[in-house]
Amino acid sequence: MAETAPITQDVLDIRFPRRDGSRIPYAVFNSAEVYALEQERIFRGPTWSFLGLEAEIPKPGDYKRSYVGETPVVMTRAKDGELAAWVNRCSHRGAEICRKTRGNSVVHTCVYHQWSFSAKGDLQGVPFRRGQRDQTGMPPDFDVKDHGLRKLRVESYRGLVFGSFSETVAPLADYIGPQMRPYIDRIFNRPIEYLGCTRQFSNSNWKLYLENVKDPYHASLLHLFHTTFNILRVGMQATTTTDATGLHSALLVVKNAEDNAEGYKAQNIRTYQDGFRLEDSSVLEMVQEYEELSTNHIQPIFPQLVIQQIHNTLVARQLIAKAHDKFELVFHFFGYADDTPQLRAMRIKQANLVGPAGYISMEDTEATELVQRGITGHGQAASVVEMSRHKPDETATMISEGLVRRFWEGYRQLMGFAAEETP
Amino acid sequence: MIIPLRWQLLELQDAYIAAIDDDRLEDWPRFFTDDALYEIIPKENEDLSLPAPILRCDNTAMMRDRVASLRHANIFEQPTYRHMISGLRVLEETGETAVMRTNYLVVNTSLEGSTSVYQAGIYKDVVVRTEAGWKFREKRVVYDTSRVQTLLAYPI
Repeated sequence: MAETAPITQDVLDIRFPRRDGSRIPYAVFNSAEVYALEQERIFRGPTWSFLGLEAEIPKPGDYKRSYVGETPVVMTRAKDGELAAWVNRCSHRGAEICRKTRGNSVVHTCVYHQWSFSAKGDLQGVPFRRGQRDQTGMPPDFDVKDHGLRKLRVESYRGLVFGSFSETVAPLADYIGPQMRPYIDRIFNRPIEYLGCTRQFSNSNWKLYLENVKDPYHASLLHLFHTTFNILRVGMQATTTTDATGLHSALLVVKNAEDNAEGYKAQNIRTYQDGFRLEDSSVLEMVQEYEELSTNHIQPIFPQLVIQQIHNTLVARQLIAKAHDKFELVFHFFGYADDTPQLRAMRIKQANLVGPAGYISMEDTEATELVQRGITGHGQAASVVEMSRHKPDETATMISEGLVRRFWEGYRQLMGFAAEETP
Repeated sequence: MIIPLRWQLLELQDAYIAAIDDDRLEDWPRFFTDDALYEIIPKENEDLSLPAPILRCDNTAMMRDRVASLRHANIFEQPTYRHMISGLRVLEETGETAVMRTNYLVVNTSLEGSTSVYQAGIYKDVVVRTEAGWKFREKRVVYDTSRVQTLLAYPI
């Protein structure tokens, strides 16, 4: 299935100092060769990459440009309503075919020689195929069926659309796995409406962002919004979960049941005489929408998706690797189709909390860039991920780097990198 | 002397961008009426009539909160913005209110000393005449530069 020549591991000589994910050689962040190998072993390998929301392409003919790793793809809804995706590269001479971010068309025509393709990526027409007057056309053995676009496997899970280059990866629902599905089901429990996207570009490695969303330890230390404004978060209970591979995970932070939703604001926004306080705390209001009163639900589905519920903001973040030291985040905001106007307005207001200008998120890309700059030229050194390492079963805490360690073991195995024996 | 409306509105925009470029963020909310809307939203969403913003304040208290958070809570590399504005068009005016649009370009200079285009877009403004002069009742910042580099801390 790999479309490029394999790069041997020997050439890279990446070795993890330990077998428990607690030491990560910086070469995995600052090596262009590792990045190239990831394209082959992860993005063109046995994984499902998040492409977008079904709600973005509700009508037949709707399409949106997206990515699987660095490969540009187009996700479409065909005339019969089925989802499809193909590499945005003409089967003739390789030109990019789809030139708009979004649109609606049941035919996609390459402008170079006007080869035209269906929304499913099948070649439909080739100009001058049978020649013209006394001029020749394509050879008699040319069959349009042999020259469709490079198609991806496409599946949707509850409106989240994924694509894969792999013929062997398990069906999407199995790939997501029994530990992760209930968390997705929780958020995607009824029809959603797409509210737009915002984009953020970072000069750092994509896996630094995955580490970040698997690291509740940093939350109260890097993001000082709550503490600065003396916003007490009492009675919070964290739960962390991974799938069998460690690559996917979920963090759920729930308020104790006795604190009802109406009481949330009054009980939790307590201010001190000598501290800073918010003049307008409406940005932190919250309506209970799920069985649990959860303030944060952060769920990376490896490699390209992070599902986020923070208060009442709902976002599917797409993580797109652009180079060994560059990634892009696309925040797909959504609400439920049955939102009241008040709830919808609340979701939009809470966009202030998240995204590139978010009160409790803007530091994340700042931190990943600090790491990228800090490790330049030091691929042989390794990070130290020790918090709660001696308590691997302790999952009901924010003060843990357990998800990070599980992730790196899953990554190491997927990439085929060696590890020293853990002392 | 009667100052033409266009010059009054240009003066407002120039004073507004100077406050941000000079890092006088505490002055920034004073350019707005108390119940003003200030929003930064990508053109991508605006064109599709989709509401997701990157920043949205629906009164000046929220703007002062944003400034307090930038000064005391959030962590980011101090930006050095220079705003360039051009193409101010007055679309409607009643004498007491005006609707206008203005192009803007913001360049940022990093701590290491390189300058790059940070954001281009247009201001879609509704201004009202008050006892303290013209103020924004609505300032919608619609940006073309859909990829926000690293983060957005300071207002545009």
